[in-house]
Amino acid sequence: MRSNRDLKTPASVVGLGLAIGGIAFGTFLSRRRKGGADDAPVYARKSPPGDHSLVGRTVTIRKPRAELYSFWRDFGNLPQFMENVEEIRKNGDTSTWVIKAPGGASVDVETRVSDERENDLIAWRSTEGSDISTSGRVEFTDAPGDRGTRVSLIMAYDPPGGAAGRALAKLFLREPQVQARHDLKRFKALMETGEITTSARRKDQTREAKQQENG
Amino acid sequence: MMRALTWHGTHDVRVETVDDPEIINSRDAIIKITSTAICGSDLHLYDGVIPGVMPGDVLGHEFMGEVVETGRDSTLKKGQRVVVPFTISCGGCFHCKIQQFSACENSNPAEKQDMSATLYGHPMAGLFGYSHLTGGYSGGQAEYVRVPYSDVGPIVVPDHLEDDKVLFLSDILPTGWMGAENAEIQPDDTVAVWGCGPVGLFAVQSAIVMGASKVIAIDHYPNRLALAKQMGAETIDFRKTDVREALMEMSGGIGVDAVIDAVGMEAHGFAVDNMIDIAKQKIGIGADRAKALKQAILAVRPGGRVSIPGVYGGMTDKFPLGALMEKGLQVRSGQTHVQRYLKDLLEKIEDGTLDTTFMISHRLPLEDAARGYKCFREEQNDWTKVVLKPDMEMAK
Repeated sequence: MRSNRDLKTPASVVGLGLAIGGIAFGTFLSRRRKGGADDAPVYARKSPPGDHSLVGRTVTIRKPRAELYSFWRDFGNLPQFMENVEEIRKNGDTSTWVIKAPGGASVDVETRVSDERENDLIAWRSTEGSDISTSGRVEFTDAPGDRGTRVSLIMAYDPPGGAAGRALAKLFLREPQVQARHDLKRFKALMETGEITTSARRKDQTREAKQQENG
Repeated sequence: MMRALTWHGTHDVRVETVDDPEIINSRDAIIKITSTAICGSDLHLYDGVIPGVMPGDVLGHEFMGEVVETGRDSTLKKGQRVVVPFTISCGGCFHCKIQQFSACENSNPAEKQDMSATLYGHPMAGLFGYSHLTGGYSGGQAEYVRVPYSDVGPIVVPDHLEDDKVLFLSDILPTGWMGAENAEIQPDDTVAVWGCGPVGLFAVQSAIVMGASKVIAIDHYPNRLALAKQMGAETIDFRKTDVREALMEMSGGIGVDAVIDAVGMEAHGFAVDNMIDIAKQKIGIGADRAKALKQAILAVRPGGRVSIPGVYGGMTDKFPLGALMEKGLQVRSGQTHVQRYLKDLLEKIEDGTLDTTFMISHRLPLEDAARGYKCFREEQNDWTKVVLKPDMEMAK
């Protein structure tokens, strides 16, 4: 069940579920350089509301930068904390992300690292031929004193179909903003405690087990 | 399968058969419960004033027992007797490292953090057997419980100290102690404690151990006031006496140096504002009844300290903010950083500095837990503390 053929819904809709949309990071970066009226990150909500197409979230993780960077850079690790990513296979300079889709199906996305600086940032985007357009970026900076590392996950999000498309996306996977926040918190838990926190009483009651069951 | 006390709605708890817990993560341990208590804060769940409790949830956050199973990375060993803190702490995050264990950033699962983050600005840590706001962990009013991060929380207790002496290390003893510590008690201080429930009684005892020259306990149940007196406090019955006037006189006209609110969100009392707050709680607009806290803020002397171990969950109306500012008060509160106090308090139990058994009024089999809840709520004068024992036989 891991091919695009099995997918009954248009790939563009699933792309929404990925939370990662059409805005190129070039645009994003140029906007970022221009800056805003204050020092808050560009993805922070503004009043009056501005462009909501970026989602971003920062957590502080009590571990050295290098350790966090190398764990993330080894893409095969990401499914451990990214809930909607089933598997990431490396093939030379690209990787195939197997993304969970509705009805137990999955969709493959081919990605390439578009920018990286050791212990500093990793950015990735889907290859041109890919059915789904996706991109993401994670940045690592030192937290003050011995507080560890600040990790920011930033994604462009520009759903086609506006509110309707967004509503449709909600039917499948979580809202991008929520997904990003939860994934990042699970990453933090995994790095700081060595495990993904669960309040379940039994293995078959964990979130992961239930998802597999519902397929 | 095991027996466990489950929540089904307001004033509806039942002992039912549910799935046994099992090891999920490598730092987990499974504890076979030997003693577990009903906490005053369990009554907030029983009364339905805490949001996020789901039918079927296993309650209980004061418990101890024997280690029967351990994950690969647990530091516990099978057969050890342990008391388990009600706050779940990972030991690895920033807050755990600075000993603010009840603010642990990882113990509430990522997908459960949103609700409390919306309410409070930050997510709460995980707690056993409480609301899904705090993770929705199965609690210890059961035969068995899964304890995550078992290398951080549980404290191993020596065999010569029986359960009744050490059980309250799980919550109410450190909570009363931290309540007194947050009042920053100095040797010549007069300290007033609202509420002579278990936490209030431990706060009274702790304040005396910390060297307060006078501790005044406030309640309306004669038996509970008598227990406070037995611990060395002077008492005020708020149904008979004007509390503020009495406190002014008993502190030489200065006002008490520090106040401790060990009552929380379901304060008793027939003042008009309290009755309005009760009505609001009933129709679900969630105003905490903060009667005791409001009174405490007015009673404390200028520059005094306000400590709030009592549980609050939402908003409160008509809060005397002006008194807080104009009198220059310091306020400290919070869920207890249990792990911070365990070693020290265990020593104080062992050497007899602290008595922990005096408040236990009833010991019941786990099977009788629903009756325990009902009586603990309705007969507060006599039912001061209920301890449940899974191994105990039901009375014929």
